[in-house]
Amino acid sequence: MVEAGEQLAGGSTTQPATALLVLGCPQVPVQTSIALYLMNRLKKAGITPVVAGNKAANTLLVVADPDRHYLGEVMDLDRAVALISDKKRDFDSCYVFIHNDAGVSYAATMGAISKAKLFAIVYGEHYEEQVKKIEFPCTTIAAKAVHNPLPLKKAIDEVKPWAA
Amino acid sequence: MGCVESMNYEIVLRDASFKESRDYIKGNFKEFVDVQPGFKVFDVHVIGLPPIAIGLDGDFVIFPYTKPCHGTFLLRVEDADEAARLRALKK
Repeated sequence: MVEAGEQLAGGSTTQPATALLVLGCPQVPVQTSIALYLMNRLKKAGITPVVAGNKAANTLLVVADPDRHYLGEVMDLDRAVALISDKKRDFDSCYVFIHNDAGVSYAATMGAISKAKLFAIVYGEHYEEQVKKIEFPCTTIAAKAVHNPLPLKKAIDEVKPWAA
Repeated sequence: MGCVESMNYEIVLRDASFKESRDYIKGNFKEFVDVQPGFKVFDVHVIGLPPIAIGLDGDFVIFPYTKPCHGTFLLRVEDADEAARLRALKK
């Protein structure tokens, strides 16, 4: 079985595929849970996840996964934007967590500065309002999920972005 | 806010949506320049839906600054060199 990031041509292999998870404000509880779930699925598919968020969003993950079973590299969100904008780094796929207007702005920015395949993960009480603002190319995965992550997990499982 | 904290800025709008921020610049400043997301204003990579409007008012630069938990702020900073650099983009 060929995993993401591998190449059979010439018998050589490339670096593993990478995915950037751009976290939003952690005020909606499902974000941390879904981020850990998504990282697990990505890693199982041979994709290396990297997380970019503000201090609170990153710390929630670091504390929840102290042995780093799922979590790998974690970076400040502003630094990630700077590195990608300055063409110093990029990723194969990018998952932007969206539950407010700022999340849509970050997703549009990632779509403009990065070559990554873009996924918008939209959730929260008013998720439909945010979905309507997405007018740029991306795959939108959306569900009304605030405290219970299962509707959003189900929506992600239906798309299987790690297999894309 | 990182390097923004070291600036002598005035907050023109706070906790706004990106659209409110863009509409405010286009509605209140005769002079503005459209840039792409990630464009650097001072040391800040601007965030938003393209095109992003940056307002110019004499030596003042008015630009959006987005944080995940607080939405978009419109900041007004006086800097003749940066205003001139941005103005030159229009030519």
